Amino acid sequence: MNHDPSGSVLVVGGGIAGMQAALDLADSGYRVHLVERTAAIGGAMAQLDKTFPTNDCAM
Amino acid sequence: MTLSEVTHVSGSLGNFQVTIRQKPRYVDMEKCIACGLCAEKCPKKVDDPFNAGMGKRKAAYIPYGQAVPLKYAIDPEHCIYLTRGKCRACEKFCPTGAVNFEDEERTVTVNVGAVIAAPGFRTFDPQGLDVYGYGSVRDVVTSLEYERLLASNGPHMGHLIRPSDHEEPRKIAWIQCVGSRNINRCDNPYCSGVCCMYAIKQALVTAEHLNGGEVEQAVFYMDVRSHGKEFERYYESAKEKGVRFIQARPHSISPGEKGKGAVLEYVTRDGRPVREDFDLVVLSVGLEAPGNAEDLARTLGIDLNESRFARTSGFSPVAATRPGIFVTGAFQSPKDIPQSVTEASTAACEAARALAAARGTQAREKTYPQERDVCGEKPVIGVFVCSCGINIANTVDVQAVADYARTLPHVAHVENNLFTCSADTQNLIARKIQELGLNRIVIAACTPRTHEPLFQDTLREAGLNPYLVEMANIRNQNAWVHQQDREKATEKAKDQVRMAVAKAALNEPLHRLKVNVIQRALVIGGGVAGMNAALALADQGYPVTLVEKSDRLGGNAWKLITNDAGEPVEPYLEALIRRVNEHPRIGVHTRTTLRSVTGSVGNFHGILEEGGAEKEIRFGVAVLATGARESEPAEYLYGQDPRVLTHQQFDTLLRERPEAAGQARSAVFIQCVGSREPERPYCSRVCCTHSVKAALRLKEANPEMDVYVLYRDMRTYGERERLYQEARRRGILFIQYGLDAKPHVEKDGADLFVTVTDPILGRPLKIPADYLVLAAAMVPHDTADLVEMFKCGTNADGFFTEAHPKLRPVDLSVDGLFVAGLCHYPKPMDESIAQAGAAASRAAVVLARDEMLLDAVKSFVTEKCDGCALCVDVCPYQAIRLDTVEETGRPTRRIVTDPALCKGCGLCAATCPKGGVMVHGFTLNQLEAQVEAALGKAV
Repeated sequence: MNHDPSGSVLVVGGGIAGMQAALDLADSGYRVHLVERTAAIGGAMAQLDKTFPTNDCAM
Repeated sequence: MTLSEVTHVSGSLGNFQVTIRQKPRYVDMEKCIACGLCAEKCPKKVDDPFNAGMGKRKAAYIPYGQAVPLKYAIDPEHCIYLTRGKCRACEKFCPTGAVNFEDEERTVTVNVGAVIAAPGFRTFDPQGLDVYGYGSVRDVVTSLEYERLLASNGPHMGHLIRPSDHEEPRKIAWIQCVGSRNINRCDNPYCSGVCCMYAIKQALVTAEHLNGGEVEQAVFYMDVRSHGKEFERYYESAKEKGVRFIQARPHSISPGEKGKGAVLEYVTRDGRPVREDFDLVVLSVGLEAPGNAEDLARTLGIDLNESRFARTSGFSPVAATRPGIFVTGAFQSPKDIPQSVTEASTAACEAARALAAARGTQAREKTYPQERDVCGEKPVIGVFVCSCGINIANTVDVQAVADYARTLPHVAHVENNLFTCSADTQNLIARKIQELGLNRIVIAACTPRTHEPLFQDTLREAGLNPYLVEMANIRNQNAWVHQQDREKATEKAKDQVRMAVAKAALNEPLHRLKVNVIQRALVIGGGVAGMNAALALADQGYPVTLVEKSDRLGGNAWKLITNDAGEPVEPYLEALIRRVNEHPRIGVHTRTTLRSVTGSVGNFHGILEEGGAEKEIRFGVAVLATGARESEPAEYLYGQDPRVLTHQQFDTLLRERPEAAGQARSAVFIQCVGSREPERPYCSRVCCTHSVKAALRLKEANPEMDVYVLYRDMRTYGERERLYQEARRRGILFIQYGLDAKPHVEKDGADLFVTVTDPILGRPLKIPADYLVLAAAMVPHDTADLVEMFKCGTNADGFFTEAHPKLRPVDLSVDGLFVAGLCHYPKPMDESIAQAGAAASRAAVVLARDEMLLDAVKSFVTEKCDGCALCVDVCPYQAIRLDTVEETGRPTRRIVTDPALCKGCGLCAATCPKGGVMVHGFTLNQLEAQVEAALGKAV
């Protein structure tokens, strides 16, 4: 472990997992670089219609 | 950073140098206003990957309507100019000059302390497997394609039609385990863990996407795996609604008559061959690691496991093999949305923990100019009317609305914008505020739910209080619903603007209340979940009080031999307890319970009872990790014969007297004892894997032993499936039974026998059992007192209810409360550990600051309150209490509101008969002005 660590974190992937990790870190005092391969974040969940059991719109 | 990929990672935990390659977008994000003209004019059509290749998009595109960032991009593989050197239509028509064909690839290097990899998954491609007919039978689609057919933003706007003739399918089949649990035709022996539930969901929502009429749904399955929270009830509801579940794998799929629909051939459990026609067949494709998993692993310097997912340990489920690199989501192992969201927070927690010393060193807070004092100024209102491209302007005559707004009282400036939300309009609004001294702003555009924060921010940047903006929703509440009547829609928009102006004139600056946060956590429950949550918070620098009801830490884990990855539990547990006990920031209180709690997020105040003595504590957040226990079976001769044991009892036997188990000639496991029954309609999730592990241990001790597992559905989900395969390879016999024909246990002389009907032979089998092991249901501990104290809730089974089952899986509905471990739902230890980290991450978001801002829209008491207390009962948040104050020498009853608890819903104000309580931003004056304006009076 480096004695003078960086206060930044890199998150690879902008789907729900990447976004949630990035939000938690940014909200608790870290700088986050979020890297996404495609032109927009959102990932696979954005492709889903509704989600059970609430049948909420996935978007 | 979009269109970007990591190409190199050097350095080590605390100090990584990461190289990122950013591909050109060919569109300047600063200038693009997402008007869509580039895509409209682009002549090149491309298969739309967002719609799984069904439907087309252009080479100039946004992935989908709600994309973030909502900025167009040009696809260099298909753009005619970039591939053949001619066209540039998009560039010509772009109204803001955003298209930039000179854009180039960039390489960026960043210095970070940790890396979280969440690259997701790809769905299994059934193309190569002729047995499924995918690609050769037109009406066979994958589940992802079916999801797009159902979606309202899909290729057919959510109207379900089949590919062959665009007719509505009336009879649909789902085939499960396509690309999962298969070692014959593909290399994915694991269970993908999500397909059973998405197939059931698709079957259930299908009816909503057809224009009435009958629909028949059939699901062909191996085992239905509805092992998640509330999943079993969902499965039961599908059966009640007529969805057929057929335990068979169709062996042939051929095209139906005239190439429409498909014919499935399968054999039923009793050996009868069946040919059945379906209008449409959906292949429930499994999840695989992304195609570039190996490259990514090499770049990150981490190992993959034999399934190509990232290698982790059951005791540190998100840590990859290189220190400082964490993995989460489906790349860690196939999983559903709640588990992905949970473990995303776990990964955040682990990164934060590793870098705790550097917290806050690189975070940037946005700064704003000094707020201008507008008190005493007359209202000077600016009105901005949005065209929303053509969204509003096609229906509402926005110019007429703007002209009308100029005639309204106090209005000093009016503009019509193509997109009022675009970055350049924000600059314009800020400039006008400063130039013209505007002190109230009305935005006539879309909904404040999504856009109010943006405009509030613009006001702040221009030095105005953010609550001086008012929105009139002339899009959702007008243009979208009155498209057929332009004239009336325009009149209505004028009414809406008049109302907003009337209210805005009375808007006052509001200030968000700051409350101090007690940066200390309370963790209730000293099992593996509670201890992990406590350690994760303490390692991040927050003091923790850990409360355990019993006399020692460890909980259920003391009774386990190994976790699902086969790692021994005891050494892990002992080390964990030692770390908790020795941690300078954790106070451990055994034989202690919480007696009472007051306060709210950031400021809880509680009384602990420790060995008869009471002790006060203050804390900002609490993690509930109260656990669960094995239930006591009421059948199968349990308690009447010493050879009939529960899982935990049998584990104890295996640990303490391994030779006894090895000498037995036969052992029988019965699954679902007390689970998935009408009185306890949930799956206990852990028992299938536990039985398989115990059965394997017996076979190892004595390969000659006959070991039987009597089950209803084997639910060895995810990579646990490998254990099930191993068990069958070793000769352990699995026999399925139904709820209507449960096994029968009897004593014949000194011997114990289990009788069960073999579903294939159709005959009863009488099996001698030296040991009968019952997979007893897991039940939560009684938490009624905690529920009462914290005002949180449990579901019908007694497990704590999360704030949102998918998106906030570890937050409880009460702010500042988080949940981890078995008290949320039965789960194996690796998932409890992950959830504990997630709860700690969510809790740390609150604890990270020493003060927190509350929203300014809160109730307040006026001098008209006479203490009638009508509002006290209607408040859903217990934010109002009655108090007695000394006023002019005599005691007077008044209500007191707690802004930390108040959500500004306004029920109190609506109930109060005399204006004694109101809500900031929605005072009686403001509402009256709005109503009078609605009735036509300009005020």
